[in-house]
Amino acid sequence: MKADKVLDAKGLACPMPIVKTKKAMNEIESGQVLEIHATDKGAKADLSAWAKSTGNELLKHEEESNVLKFWIKKG
Amino acid sequence: MTEQKKKTTIILFSGDYDKAMAAYIIANGAAAYDHEVTIFHTFWGLNALRKDEPLTLKKGFLEKMFAKMMPRGADKMGLSKMNFAGMGPKMIKEVIKKHNAMTLPQLIEMAQEQEVKLIACTMTMDLLGLQQEELLDGIEYAGVAAYLADAENGNVNLFI
Repeated sequence: MKADKVLDAKGLACPMPIVKTKKAMNEIESGQVLEIHATDKGAKADLSAWAKSTGNELLKHEEESNVLKFWIKKG
Repeated sequence: MTEQKKKTTIILFSGDYDKAMAAYIIANGAAAYDHEVTIFHTFWGLNALRKDEPLTLKKGFLEKMFAKMMPRGADKMGLSKMNFAGMGPKMIKEVIKKHNAMTLPQLIEMAQEQEVKLIACTMTMDLLGLQQEELLDGIEYAGVAAYLADAENGNVNLFI
């Protein structure tokens, strides 16, 4: 999937993946897609909930050799 | 966004490292949720806002005793469980490092960066003999009414 910006949050623990995602989202335009890489086990639940309640859309997520990948479209 | 921002308000009463960490993690998370976040520090929670360098200030005997006995800054706070006379905090900082989590001073810095409103309760500052010079820069000073003004519209409200 094509992303407009990639955020590497690997190795970071709660609450940093969310904090960094928020910051990165501020830097892209509405309709653009942010790709996030994280290793925090809570990131899946955290990012899904975050996207839902901040009016953004989680397009897709997948796990690849212990790295969780997310694609979020800015609302 | 047209709608008003949601609000999270936290009262930090505890002066324990672990409890303050929980408070600041929630605060940082809420700020990332685009909430307006306030942490109201009272009693032992004020110690999280103390600067770590010693300052010579005019104080009475009791105030001096309090200043000596209380931890000077977030990094010197003890744990609520398994403190073991200071060994506990050393161990927790070791595991924080190992898991690449953030220490309490880093969480406080991050909160300030995310514009979390840090308030020191002036009444308890008087009781504990703490003066504005001893506390971090960029914080606000207020009482219960200012806290309630934020909390009455709050969506998340915690006492830690």
